[in-house]
Amino acid sequence: MPKNSEIKKVLVIGSGPIVIGQAAEFDYAGTQACRSLKEEGLTVVLVNSNPATIMTDRDIADMVYIEPLTVDMVKQIILKEKPDGVLPTLGGQAALNIAMELEESGFLNETGTKLIGTTSLTIKKAEDRLEFKNTMEKVGEPCAPSKVVETVAEAVEFADTIGYPVVIRPAYTLGGSGGGIAHTREELCDICANGLRLSRVGQCLIERCIAGWKEIEYEVMRDGAGNCITVCNMENLDPVGVHTGDSIVVAPSQTLSDKEYQMLRTSAFRIITELGITGGCNVQYALKPDSFEYCVIEVNPRVSRSSALASKATGYPIAKVAAKIALGYTLDEIPNAITKKTVASFEPALDYCVVKIPKWPFDKFIMAKRELTTQMKATGEVMSIAPNFEGALMKAIRSLEQNIYSMRSGDFTGDSDEDIVEKLYRIDDRRIFVIAEALRRKISPERIHAITQIDLWFIDKIAILTEMEKRLETEPLSRELILEAKRLEFPDRVIAELSKETLAKVKKLRKEEYGIYAKFSIVDTCAAEFEAKTPYYYSCFGKDNFSAPENAEKLPQKKKVLVLGSGPIRIGQGIEFDYCSVHSTWAFKRQGYETIIINNNPETVSTDFDIADRLYFEPLTSEDVENIVDVEHPDGAVVQFGGQTAIKLTQALLEMGVPILGTSAENVDAAEDRELFDEILEECCIPRPAGKTVFTTEEAIRAANELGYPVLVRPSYVLGGAGMQIAISDGDVREFMAIINRNVQEHPILVDKYLMGKEVEVDAVCDGEDILIPGIMEHVERAGIHSGDSISVYPARSLSEKVKCVIVEYTKKLARSLHVVGLINIQFIVCDDEVYVIEVNPRSSRTVPYISKVTGIPIVDLATRAVLGEKIKDMGCGTGLAKESEYIAIKMPVFSFEKLRGADTSLGPEMKSTGECLGISKNFEEALYKAFLGAGIDLPKHKKMIITVKDADKLEAVSVAKRFFALGYEIYATRSTAKVLKENGVPAIRLKKVSEESPNVMDLLLGHEIDLVIDTPTQGRDKSRDGFLIRRVSIETGVTCLTSLDTANALVTSLETGHKNLVPVDIAGI
Amino acid sequence: MKAYLILEDGHIFAGTAIGAPKEVISEIVFNTSMTGYLEILTDPSYAGQAVVMTYPLIGNYGICAADMESQRPWPDAFIVRELSRRPSNFRSEKDIDTFLKENGVPGIAGIDTRELTMLLREHGTMNGMITTEEYTDLSFPIARIKEYQVVGVVERASCKEKYIMSADEFVPTNYEEARLTYMADQKMRQAIENAKKAGVDLGRIAMYCVRGSEGIKKLNELAADPKKMRKYRVAMMDFGTKKNMQHCLQKHGCEVTVYPAHTKAEEILAEKYDGIMLSNGPGDPAECTEIIGEIKKLCASDIPIFSICLGHQLMALANGFRTKKMKYGHRGANHPVKEVATGKVYLSSQNHGYVVDGDSIDPAVAEIRFFNANDGSVEGLNYKGKKIFTVQFHPEACAGPADTEFLFDEFVKLMEEDA
Repeated sequence: MPKNSEIKKVLVIGSGPIVIGQAAEFDYAGTQACRSLKEEGLTVVLVNSNPATIMTDRDIADMVYIEPLTVDMVKQIILKEKPDGVLPTLGGQAALNIAMELEESGFLNETGTKLIGTTSLTIKKAEDRLEFKNTMEKVGEPCAPSKVVETVAEAVEFADTIGYPVVIRPAYTLGGSGGGIAHTREELCDICANGLRLSRVGQCLIERCIAGWKEIEYEVMRDGAGNCITVCNMENLDPVGVHTGDSIVVAPSQTLSDKEYQMLRTSAFRIITELGITGGCNVQYALKPDSFEYCVIEVNPRVSRSSALASKATGYPIAKVAAKIALGYTLDEIPNAITKKTVASFEPALDYCVVKIPKWPFDKFIMAKRELTTQMKATGEVMSIAPNFEGALMKAIRSLEQNIYSMRSGDFTGDSDEDIVEKLYRIDDRRIFVIAEALRRKISPERIHAITQIDLWFIDKIAILTEMEKRLETEPLSRELILEAKRLEFPDRVIAELSKETLAKVKKLRKEEYGIYAKFSIVDTCAAEFEAKTPYYYSCFGKDNFSAPENAEKLPQKKKVLVLGSGPIRIGQGIEFDYCSVHSTWAFKRQGYETIIINNNPETVSTDFDIADRLYFEPLTSEDVENIVDVEHPDGAVVQFGGQTAIKLTQALLEMGVPILGTSAENVDAAEDRELFDEILEECCIPRPAGKTVFTTEEAIRAANELGYPVLVRPSYVLGGAGMQIAISDGDVREFMAIINRNVQEHPILVDKYLMGKEVEVDAVCDGEDILIPGIMEHVERAGIHSGDSISVYPARSLSEKVKCVIVEYTKKLARSLHVVGLINIQFIVCDDEVYVIEVNPRSSRTVPYISKVTGIPIVDLATRAVLGEKIKDMGCGTGLAKESEYIAIKMPVFSFEKLRGADTSLGPEMKSTGECLGISKNFEEALYKAFLGAGIDLPKHKKMIITVKDADKLEAVSVAKRFFALGYEIYATRSTAKVLKENGVPAIRLKKVSEESPNVMDLLLGHEIDLVIDTPTQGRDKSRDGFLIRRVSIETGVTCLTSLDTANALVTSLETGHKNLVPVDIAGI
Repeated sequence: MKAYLILEDGHIFAGTAIGAPKEVISEIVFNTSMTGYLEILTDPSYAGQAVVMTYPLIGNYGICAADMESQRPWPDAFIVRELSRRPSNFRSEKDIDTFLKENGVPGIAGIDTRELTMLLREHGTMNGMITTEEYTDLSFPIARIKEYQVVGVVERASCKEKYIMSADEFVPTNYEEARLTYMADQKMRQAIENAKKAGVDLGRIAMYCVRGSEGIKKLNELAADPKKMRKYRVAMMDFGTKKNMQHCLQKHGCEVTVYPAHTKAEEILAEKYDGIMLSNGPGDPAECTEIIGEIKKLCASDIPIFSICLGHQLMALANGFRTKKMKYGHRGANHPVKEVATGKVYLSSQNHGYVVDGDSIDPAVAEIRFFNANDGSVEGLNYKGKKIFTVQFHPEACAGPADTEFLFDEFVKLMEEDA
């Protein structure tokens, strides 16, 4: 079928901010799809509220709207742009939901626009629980006995007939939000009530619990002609009961016979045919381990996290092909981008094993429950490739960057064997290490299987790893032993540790004496059946001799640059660093370099095989990087775009003899090393808040008392302010030091005087002499809240010209004295018109993508050129502070607290947000309103709010309350807050505490009539149960909860003006 | 024990011996299926060849006798990267190593099968030797390796005497058994019961019980009027047939009489069958001159004929077309075949080293129905003015996708129309 020629202009809906359950995979899918559409000569209009994405770049789409993903906004854009088609299958659940509303309301019909890539009927059949059940019944595909309920009472009645435990799944939510397993009626009532609220249609599915069955996924594609293919199937190591996003996943399935494999494949085809899917689709199954019985768990009629994983695992570009199918192509008309010899209508054959491990934020949320359930908790993931499962698992574990390099993690010395058995029952992120320990203690695999339900095949593979640990501990390091250890992907450092040798000796033995080197194979979709052109590599051991990567094309004498990626998405290091890595790769390419990317995150654009000249899908540890350096001999490496992950490898790269391009390693160090940095500041006459470096708790307390409370306590060399806390007493210092010192600190701990001023931030491009500051950003929240969690306003609004000049001056001085070549990010505090420097990072930052987009200055491209020696004054963008844009752009943090039960939502110096969105307008209030809207804060609704603030904030709260009152808000407040409000003329209704009789604050929250909670926690760590409970309950009942009065003021400002008709802004036109 | 794979071009791979301890010379071919090693091992089309699995982890789910496609393994040797130490599947009876030993098949594990596959891809299929001997002088074994030829394999793979598989003797597969019993929902269970009571044959019940509401409707129709169900008598020429081919016919209510490869056409024609199947099988089709002669006679009759793989090639030769050896063949479970008339693409299971030469096809005699979407080679022919259709791929799957199983429906329909 030829391309559908009626479609000339397409609106692609993105997925919005990164939240748990919806990460970078949609940037990857969206970017790939947009490029695929442009390749066909179409005009692409894009809407996505997430400014950190690559897809919102003007190079990717023709018109780019970084606007809130609301139905109204999308309507505005459709009216303005008049696209022929809307493609909603690449933006996750968010985009599908919008598409449904547009279609169902008849809007698309009225405007002569049609959905492409899917139909509303397909979406409905797949997403509406009842329709889905009926469809499955029609094609004879089994589902677990289930019932769609709209009330808790109905749920209880049904559960009583099928028996507990039961699973609760809310309809139309992402990442299984609000779902869970209930073992008792009480649990059912609790989870179901929450689920009904979160569901867009107020429905929940109650179903038979199939926990313990094998969880298997199929990634399938279907075109308009009805041709179906399977891209990949995947098996979860964790049986049903753990969300697939939180499971360790292996591709292809390992424990299924051909009969089982084909049974489910055939089933998936029947399902997608009946649903009428055109594009990619994910089908999840539960398979009973001791029979052929299976049930369909879920169908996602769109690209998903799993499809990103399947694309990277096989080399099959699902999103790209899905976009072509949406235009009317059939699978056999689309060439296989990897082999170029075959077509897209074939099923990848793998000759390796892929393992994915989630990256969880439990290091950030110490109080959050680590238990893994049907509610996803991971923020990101890593993937690894090896010819065997053990090797892939070992590679994936070290890719997580948790300082864990083998199956040996956690201290079990105090545990008896029975304690270990007890721990096996706990389904959490550490279970795999407990299994390894159980095997070391000779607890039988059968017993482990009986407890965990994890297939014996996987348990045996872990046993192979623990047996190798033992051999390394006891046997001499023969060639045979090291070769086998390397086949299982034991890093040299682990071999050294176990054999009590030095790392240097092990390395020498392996390489020089035994000649054991890593070899690189290609991911080719076809198990070597056809010659592949695509340089997508993974390493393996097992062959003795050293060899160049397979198929290495001899490029004409080009210089080679290594771009280090940023690993898994985590809080503090998100998609923005992938944006920077990809842009710098493109910039190097434009400058005539041969580019090499190393990264291990399957969700990202950087690990798409057509970004760099070569992609190495490998862990980012010094040994893994060295293996690549050994074969590639790059002329240089660039680390400043890959976040801390890349920066951490600087020293190792220098030792390998790879020059670091841009700012030198010593100068990176100088910015992080407190004493060196203080010297530089002194030389430049730049003030900073007084501070000291300490190692012990006693030193910390002494320093704090000398500086005077409040003080900031934090480890150096961290990202996202990890471990940073504001202390107001010796007790706080003691507590924080204990937390920081749980991990051995290689670097000193910093204790600084805490200044409560305005926080300001700049990113600058530097060439060693000149600088270019695209813009100054000002934070809405006062210092003390991590910059990543603050609302950031560009251009800065409240700074005097004098202060701006000082900032530019300081930036220039710092850039020069640190000899920064490339990017620098500086954070300032402005207190009484005095400017202090609080942090300097000579590397890219999370604000780079957003500032690039709103100013139109291609920051990463300029920085890359600077790194290559070009002078800023020759780049044509000017020097110094760039002219301010006429647009105001506001970056709003977005959180995922509702996914993390038990996590404290109060903001502080440690970053907690998972993503961000943008509000852009020529009018400040409108920009602010859009930003809040993009973050899901759509007010007013019921015009009722709760205020409870700490004593220090009480007077300030009065003015906030007055403003809300003026908007017609009914204000509830806790006892002392209410008193102050009333004394100051705000009619507040006093609320009873949680401990008091009903109706109290909880009843009010659970009544679903509250729009907003303003709760400023007591300084230091909040231990008051009420505050914590109020914040948690508001988050879990979907009530916006603000923990800073600055944020509250901003919100009320945005509401006061009222914005009926928001104007979409095409940023490609700026 | 150490073992070596020596290729005719002098490449040597060192690994570990698996299976029976013996030296063997064979033609080395690779299969890219990720599952289904047991079906592959027991596919008689591999007679005379040694199979390399490109998927590196083999034996994960052990051996389940019910999944065997014939009574024993056929390859001369089995070549893998890694054999699973602990098979894990509820149906597993033993591990591969034991299975190979019991059946006298040698093998080698622990070699870089990707590198081996690339050599075979670049050079084309090669002969090789698997041995535990350390040859100091390779010239002697290599001379022997080069001499090897795959000959007389159809005789070996075919049954020695004819036998009958009646529709009543239908034995459901483990999966069909599951669908017939514990996986059937209430409505389906009722329909199955009704059909059984009405005397509907089990094969048809097994066929319809996976088809949801449409299946229920069909079963109820049959139960209401079991006489509507025709039974067919099919003759199958066995060149090395796979069990599932007969199973697919049985599901449609066919009684299958399986004949040895060298049966005379007259003997078959005399029985007045409703249809004839030419099965798959090993080796070079052009070598089977006598069989081709008999097929010419079958062709001349007006009986519907369906041929698969070697059967397809032999039918082409019987009609004066040519076959040729491919560089390294098609062996795997992911080969796309495109149907000319509909433009539809199906994924198919394949195992062939020879192919019908597209240029040799007389358009007056036959038209291409399917071609390979990757390399354009001939995958299926419809013979003009005849009730004959043939395919190069394996609609009976095992191992691989069952996407083209509908071809058995077509064959039955052809017989129905013919009656």
